[in-house]
Amino acid sequence: MDPAAVHDAVTRLARADGGRVLAHLARQFGDLDQADEAVQDALVQALQSWPVQGVPDNAAGWLLVVARRKAFDRLRRSASARRRLGAAAADLLEAAEAAERRGFVREDPEQMEIPDERLRLILLCCHPALHQQAQVALTLRLVGGLTTAEIAAAQLSSEPTVTQRIVRAKRKIRDAGIPLSIPKALDERVAAVLAVLYLIFNEGYLSHGADTTLRVDLADEALRLARITATLVPDNPEVTGLLALMLFQRSRFASRTDASGRLVLLQDQDRTRWDGALVQQGNHALATAMAALRPGVYQVQAVIAALHANAGTAADTDWPMIAGAYQQLLAMTGSPVVQLNHAVAVSMCDGPRVGLALLEDVEGLEQYHLLHATRGELLARDGRTAAARDSFVAARALAPSDAERRHLDGRIAATTRTDDGGRR
Amino acid sequence: MEYLLLINVDETHAPGEPGSDGFQENMAAWMAFNQRLVEGGHWIAGASLQPASTATVLDRRSGAVTDGPYAETKEQLAGFYLLSAADLDEALELAGAMPLPDAAVEVRPVLFRPDA
Repeated sequence: MDPAAVHDAVTRLARADGGRVLAHLARQFGDLDQADEAVQDALVQALQSWPVQGVPDNAAGWLLVVARRKAFDRLRRSASARRRLGAAAADLLEAAEAAERRGFVREDPEQMEIPDERLRLILLCCHPALHQQAQVALTLRLVGGLTTAEIAAAQLSSEPTVTQRIVRAKRKIRDAGIPLSIPKALDERVAAVLAVLYLIFNEGYLSHGADTTLRVDLADEALRLARITATLVPDNPEVTGLLALMLFQRSRFASRTDASGRLVLLQDQDRTRWDGALVQQGNHALATAMAALRPGVYQVQAVIAALHANAGTAADTDWPMIAGAYQQLLAMTGSPVVQLNHAVAVSMCDGPRVGLALLEDVEGLEQYHLLHATRGELLARDGRTAAARDSFVAARALAPSDAERRHLDGRIAATTRTDDGGRR
Repeated sequence: MEYLLLINVDETHAPGEPGSDGFQENMAAWMAFNQRLVEGGHWIAGASLQPASTATVLDRRSGAVTDGPYAETKEQLAGFYLLSAADLDEALELAGAMPLPDAAVEVRPVLFRPDA
């Protein structure tokens, strides 16, 4: 078999089933690191033996059986290494052999079904005792089955940095005794998982468009992980709410920038380029979530995204509904960024002056470029061009990306021309 | 009188692994010191801890759990417990049950305790 085809098959296997096999082995051995190494060993063996033997029909079953054998090999090696040091550690080997006697390692790979323990794994990866960057890297690597090289490329980070982050996190999991368990306060811990998934999605959202042929798309990875999480925690409407939110945002990726890479604002986007299939999936997920009658921050954000996604034209947008949803979100979060968005929605109903008055109450966002950009837009709509230009200049100085700086340069130029009475 | 001795060291100077040069001598010196404490009636509880990178802090005011040691200098160490728990989640639950709602509790796994 062609090595490139084998490589693709192994990559697909790692993404589709690596997390499930890893979670199962980690549970069985009570050791995340051993389980991870064993899965990696098995994937390496696949790369070596599949070109000759071909890809097995039940590749997931093959992965479990081979990874388990690798785990036992490792246990045996570490037991004999410890014996050589003179420590009494035959217990590890005994445990391995007892497990073998119970028939753990003699299953037929074609018959294997792998119990789904991924909820424990994803909760562990997103445990609040780990730094959030480590939570992101662990989730992508262990649950998502990405390689450290793929994570590094997707995050525009270096491979040693990502490797180090994962090694440290695994060490803390082991040394601090972070368990692979279903906690009593499940909703709280699921909230931490959702925060990580949305962070991954937004990393993908921000870096989207940069050389995607070589890179894993983090937004799509986050979507995939959100779909998995929704099947693992079907009774938590916030999970489905986040899935809906991601689907609506993902549906607009193609129209967010023009041919020259400039940002296109929502109101100016070519809506025929929105992905209708994703919008439909989003509508379905949102309806499912809201049927539970337990609102939460992701569901409300998804409602707002849905109102945009389902508006045929910018003029059809239901701004009073959106303003009401932001009001609800503000009550839930107290976030000044939500306050800012609420002011924009209100300005679309009641005019720029009402919006500008609401902006006066926003505190703590002086260093946030969108506060100034928004003020600029509202001032421009109110005909106060010179003041608008000053706000765009302030926004440009704080803008975090080239695309946003280019967009603001355009706004500064437009307001300058109007200000000069069209002399240029 | 009873005293808690807080031992601060530079973690980058890691102690040797078992079997490395000087390991036996170092261990023997510590055992002798511990023995002296026990025989002199000084011993209550003592342990060496895992490095600061394994620490987890529970802020009782916000309920937030975060990675890393507690570094707020305006609050000082006021006491300690040495307790047994199945895993970090149980240890955090116990830390959250302490009748001290304004505290930030650093939970650090024990590496080794001579009397355990």
